[in-house]
Amino acid sequence: MAAHSDHSNDFHQAGEIPKAQTKVIWKTFFILVALTAVEFLFAFTMDAGTLRNAIFIILTIFKAFYIVAEFMHLKHETKALIWAILIPMALIIWLMVALISEGSYYFDSVRNYFN
Amino acid sequence: MSTSTTLEEPKTGTWDGGNEPLKASYGKLMMWFFLLSDAFTFGAFLIVYGLSRHSHLPYNGRPEDFQFSTEWWPIPEKVFNAFPGFHGVDLPLAFVALMTMILILSSVTMVLAVEAGHRMDKNDVQKWMLWTILFGSIFLGCQAWEWAHFITGTDEGMLLADGSRIYGANMTMNQYGPPLFANLFFFITGFHGTHVFTGVILLIMAFINTVNGVYHKRGHYEMVEKVGLYWHFVDLVWVFVFTFFYLI
Repeated sequence: MAAHSDHSNDFHQAGEIPKAQTKVIWKTFFILVALTAVEFLFAFTMDAGTLRNAIFIILTIFKAFYIVAEFMHLKHETKALIWAILIPMALIIWLMVALISEGSYYFDSVRNYFN
Repeated sequence: MSTSTTLEEPKTGTWDGGNEPLKASYGKLMMWFFLLSDAFTFGAFLIVYGLSRHSHLPYNGRPEDFQFSTEWWPIPEKVFNAFPGFHGVDLPLAFVALMTMILILSSVTMVLAVEAGHRMDKNDVQKWMLWTILFGSIFLGCQAWEWAHFITGTDEGMLLADGSRIYGANMTMNQYGPPLFANLFFFITGFHGTHVFTGVILLIMAFINTVNGVYHKRGHYEMVEKVGLYWHFVDLVWVFVFTFFYLI
């Protein structure tokens, strides 16, 4: 187990367990709950539209950031690993732009078929 | 030609070999790249939802006058407004709010289990993994109820032109709107539910190993970390499903 020989926290020999460090975890949890609560606030108080959808998407990206960065610990990994995960996601943006505009085009061409 | 060779200085850069450039174990890296590929799958599903929505007529009337019709795409608040035990009461998005909270909470207990693993605290790992399994199972139960309700339909159903009514949704008929809406509901939430189910199985396996002291003998709880990565990803996907399927 050479790959894991650098684990500096092998306390099982000493039988001594350090105290839990959970401050960041609970802070992240409250941020996620607050963001979800704000989403519901907008869902019930604001009329549907592009602006509301944009707010939802921005809040969702914030939530995704906190889950990936803190819970999945990606923020604390090496830069190379962070970019190896994030850069391929650009393909998703591409697919999104391509297919959503395709959908709108399909809608227009079917609706205005006889015009 | 000279026979003497000069010894090259050994290269010690990050990418020159002999070390771990990403400072993560093989298993963890493979989990990350698997999750990346899974993100593409879910991304494609949700983008197809967007495509279908944009290629259908949106509902343009006032939200209060909304009626189910195969003509236009439904308003999600009007479809997902049921809550167990509150038959016929209009509670828009209440049940999905509960499900979201349960899943976020399960993510927190998971990260607490990982944290306990770093401290080699076997009892804490067991405790937090059990909570995660519990919340994951409750979420699956909620989803089963939601599916059952979606398939059964509302009391009123949808009035067709010939005067008959259809109730609920399946792969060919849908009282809530175009059949594609129900198909995408089944595919996207179903695929996510399958992931949650797989996650619960993985958690139970890791829990059994923890109880048997396998990880303690191994000297590290990295397996809990890897299952944790998967579990957080499932939570992450739900955040997006929630926004694009239920809110927008």
